[in-house]
Amino acid sequence: MGGGLARGVATGYLSIVVLLPLAALVWSSRAHGLGAFWHQATDAQAMSALKLTLGLAAVCALVNAVAGTAIAWVLVRDRFPGKGVVDALIDLPFALPTIVAGLTLLALYGPGGPFGFDVAFTWIGIQLALLFVTLPFVVRAVQPVLLELDTDMEQAAASLGASSFAIFRRIVFPNLLPAILSGVGLAFARAVGEFGAVVLISGNIPFKTEVSSVYIFGQIESGNEAGAAAVSVLLLAISLGVLLAIGAIRRWRTRHDRA
Amino acid sequence: MSRYALRFAALGYLTLLLMVPVAFVFYRAFDHGLGHAWSSVSNGRAVHALELTLLLTVITVVANTIVGIILALALVRGRFRGRGLLNAVVDLPLALSPVVVGLALFLLYGRGGWLGGLAGHGVKVLFAVPGMLLATMFVSLPFVVREVVPVLREIGTEQEQAAETLGARSFQVFRRITLPAIRWAVAYGIVLTTARAIGEFGAVSIVSGRIEGKTETLPIYVQSQYAFDFNTSGAYAASVVLALIAILTVVVLRVLQPKEEVG
Amino acid sequence: MRVIWIALVGIALLAGSATGASQGGSVDLVAYSTPKDAYGKIIQAFQKTQAGNGSSFNQSYGASGDQARAVAAGQPADLVALSLDPDVNMLVGKGLVPKNWAANAHRGIVSDSIVVFVVRDRNPKHIKGWGDLVKPGVQVITPNPFTSGGARWNVMAAYGAERRAGKSDKQAIAYLYKLFKHVPVQPDSARSALAIFSQGKGDVLLTYENEAIYAEKKGVHTEYKTPKATLLIETPVALTKSGLKKPAAKAFYKFLWSSTAQKAFAGQGYRPVVKSVARGYHFYKPAGLFTIGTAKLGLNGWTKVNTRFFRPQKGVMAKIERSLGH
Repeated sequence: MGGGLARGVATGYLSIVVLLPLAALVWSSRAHGLGAFWHQATDAQAMSALKLTLGLAAVCALVNAVAGTAIAWVLVRDRFPGKGVVDALIDLPFALPTIVAGLTLLALYGPGGPFGFDVAFTWIGIQLALLFVTLPFVVRAVQPVLLELDTDMEQAAASLGASSFAIFRRIVFPNLLPAILSGVGLAFARAVGEFGAVVLISGNIPFKTEVSSVYIFGQIESGNEAGAAAVSVLLLAISLGVLLAIGAIRRWRTRHDRA
Repeated sequence: MSRYALRFAALGYLTLLLMVPVAFVFYRAFDHGLGHAWSSVSNGRAVHALELTLLLTVITVVANTIVGIILALALVRGRFRGRGLLNAVVDLPLALSPVVVGLALFLLYGRGGWLGGLAGHGVKVLFAVPGMLLATMFVSLPFVVREVVPVLREIGTEQEQAAETLGARSFQVFRRITLPAIRWAVAYGIVLTTARAIGEFGAVSIVSGRIEGKTETLPIYVQSQYAFDFNTSGAYAASVVLALIAILTVVVLRVLQPKEEVG
Repeated sequence: MRVIWIALVGIALLAGSATGASQGGSVDLVAYSTPKDAYGKIIQAFQKTQAGNGSSFNQSYGASGDQARAVAAGQPADLVALSLDPDVNMLVGKGLVPKNWAANAHRGIVSDSIVVFVVRDRNPKHIKGWGDLVKPGVQVITPNPFTSGGARWNVMAAYGAERRAGKSDKQAIAYLYKLFKHVPVQPDSARSALAIFSQGKGDVLLTYENEAIYAEKKGVHTEYKTPKATLLIETPVALTKSGLKKPAAKAFYKFLWSSTAQKAFAGQGYRPVVKSVARGYHFYKPAGLFTIGTAKLGLNGWTKVNTRFFRPQKGVMAKIERSLGH
């Protein structure tokens, strides 16, 4: 196949665009030795930020798995006036510069907001901001799969008297799971690294409302580039781990299904 | 019954989390009137920023789509070790905060970096369009891959194998069987990539040098209006332009989608 | 396929236009964000002078730390105008700015300001001095001194004011601990801090006088009080080694202390450093004004202060931040 050439081009592209910069980052983080790397990465403040970040990202993943699938379902299978408009808006959290997203969320969910509640500078505010920016992932991952899904089996099951929940659980869901997991992985990874949309509503109080990306930025600003790189690499390793785990679950499931 | 409940729940979530903020953006854009909003986006600097954004986006989308399809095929159909790792590497760009992406690019192409010497030979990467392009490509790499992979898994290889046994060459097989089967996944991937590329601020801002009229994208312009000029409504107005581009992408997708396939 | 070619041609053209920046007679100015308007006016005025005739400028504005790092990574810069000395000194360390950059009549400082308190309308909590900031129930907003280099002025103003009131070094630091317990949020930048304060969070915002004045000019109402004892904020400009080779850049540098330029800074709320120009404005003179170099208050210049207070993980401020979580 021109497949060899194609793979070569893709590998080259991946290397230049992704791997090389990451390599430079990892290299710089160990520039002062492994001991210094560990010391920086496990600094108490860094660890506290990491805990908060991972917790919020995990909630994001869960909520998006449910809400994203539901939204994709409604957009593909349901019919209502204005559906096209809603569909067109799904990607906006991406297209809006993070500063605007941050300002908007602060204005809506913060002091003086129109809803009457103020969750700014608490973990709830940060969580809402993260849910906003990760909204498109699961939705857009599930939509094309749902579109491709053959409804024959569902219709057969329905005609045999299965409840819609049973149909979903046993027929539809297994087919959607890879896509959902895919979207969840993306959402988790994004939530872990998000800076712009979160930094305004965050409060940035160390050990309380400081997320890893803000901590990293603070270290860079204070001249501790090695420390920043170290924590970034740790964050990256964790995201990598989660993504590998998701990939493994997916492969296990596919094997399991085929058996 | 449950259909309405689901619809209500999904739309309710969307309204609170998405529609209200987006409506707010449009509302604040016209805070100081239509004229002010228009002048904020039609002046020379803003127009240049828009052009630069579009340029970066088009190139990024084309490159990431082509590479994305190839990578997706390799991930699903390929037989090589380290597939799981490749899988994760493709998603990694998302896990990095833009600050870190900028740092990594500085470390690579900046003074003293591994490829820092390029600048000395007249190849400007940082503080010029190439660096901004690399940053944009980096952050929006995963999307086409991620959209296509589940669909490729779903459709299996029977049709392609059948075609091959009938004597079709691999590129023909790709063009006539694989591509049409994944086209909506690719389309959704393009939509996401476009949105991500036009909205990218952090990493691009860091590597651009923010040279007025030369290396400013529209999101950078947005930030400068808000943070430096106290022109918050102007910042929102420029964001509306970005939002409209994203919406337009989806509209184009919908227009191209034959009606039978729309749910 | 054709689309790809068009795109590639497009990138070549645009890349060419974007990178063909530094031809003869063009000056690269890399500055922090606040004085943008002022520099716009100053550049225009300079281009009308004989020395500036025919020169063109590339201007870049951003957060001071970001800009310094960009120059360190290779961004072309003939002049760097940053918000505090340590950012310039970082570039000296990288060999981009000569060691004697501050060797002129004004020590390289091109404009001044002071740390002030922005309060709510009619100051309901009657905030006047540093002691009022730590009264029960008072919430203070200040940017995070680690993400905002400029916010370090706030911290040193608090420290210096306490020392001026006769407190010892230990007591002044204890005050800082107390102060930060009253800070519910630490926005990442001065502008975010102002935005958050304007939205209703906090009773008092620590910021620079020129920020408050400029915000008011731009329609964001800011009522501010000047504490009796406060820190003089001195913002530096330096010619880089590449700038020293350009006559236009050198002339522009000198021009920054002309009365035209100083008046442009004053128009943005800065205090002119040239006395003859400053006389024409009526900036309030705090009785207890001190600088970062007022040794008797324990302020021994930015280099020592930066190391002692703002070193990551080991500095005084890092310890204070750590204590907040417990």
